[in-house]
Amino acid sequence: MKVTILQFPGTNCEYDTQHAFEGLGATTEIVWHKSQTIPADTNLLVVAGGFSYGDYLRSGAIARFSPVMKAVTEYANNGGKVLGICNGFQVLTEAGLLPGALKRNNGLHFISKHHTLKVQNNDNIFLEKLNNGDVVNIPIAHHDGNFFIDSDGLKDLYANNQVLLTYSDEDGTAKNPNGSVDSIAGICNKEKNVFGLMPHPERAMESILGSDDGVKMLQGFLSL
Amino acid sequence: MTTAIINVSLKAGVLDSQGKAVHHALDSLHFKSVSDVRVGKQIVIKLDTDNKTTAMAEVEKMCEEILANTVIEDYKIELI
Repeated sequence: MKVTILQFPGTNCEYDTQHAFEGLGATTEIVWHKSQTIPADTNLLVVAGGFSYGDYLRSGAIARFSPVMKAVTEYANNGGKVLGICNGFQVLTEAGLLPGALKRNNGLHFISKHHTLKVQNNDNIFLEKLNNGDVVNIPIAHHDGNFFIDSDGLKDLYANNQVLLTYSDEDGTAKNPNGSVDSIAGICNKEKNVFGLMPHPERAMESILGSDDGVKMLQGFLSL
Repeated sequence: MTTAIINVSLKAGVLDSQGKAVHHALDSLHFKSVSDVRVGKQIVIKLDTDNKTTAMAEVEKMCEEILANTVIEDYKIELI
């Protein structure tokens, strides 16, 4: 199973992501954003977290126009699996591969802490190792994680089971750290091959570091 | 030479938390007549053309493609 991880100027989670997937037995390759192509044997493409282009203009806005993004869009449109984590989620919404947008956190602060999340829909490869209603403990670290979508778009998300994860307390009751619509933390596209979430499962792979709940999430992709 | 001044701001109905924070700050400085604050950004672009029609068309395309995220933002263009 081959995971290709994108690296833009300002990406800073590519090595954590690589470590996480290699720990699960996958082979990985980091691809610089200037590349016109992605490796042909890619089973999963990860747009890793960080601050691509210093978050200039808007988070993810400039990365979207990097040379590699044409290949990413083509890969996604052909059914290839794509996972955007944090800044990667922002890039995928800017590129139009996922609906909605990520705004500045309502409290205006950068939030960096562990947060519990509730699994809303596991009928997809990303969360198939978890059950609906499960609560996982995953770190968040973002300034622009406030998910926004208009009411028609939100209806579509629910109608197609595209809401994957919501922020919650330990009992699964909604708890909203950043102002996201309906406390949404992660979504997928209609076709369920493009996934995006603000929390960092790749930082929750070892219980000695606070949580290993990310293992069950990323493991879903290993069947690819 | 044409200069385009572009103002990008969050759409009406999209909560502007920065505007809200500035509103609170103005309130605590006793500017009591303030009823609303919106914070946006200004982008100034110089174009090598004197043709305002083509300049406007080009800048509108820039706004739609990159300068604004039209899911959450509106833009206004002024040419001088």
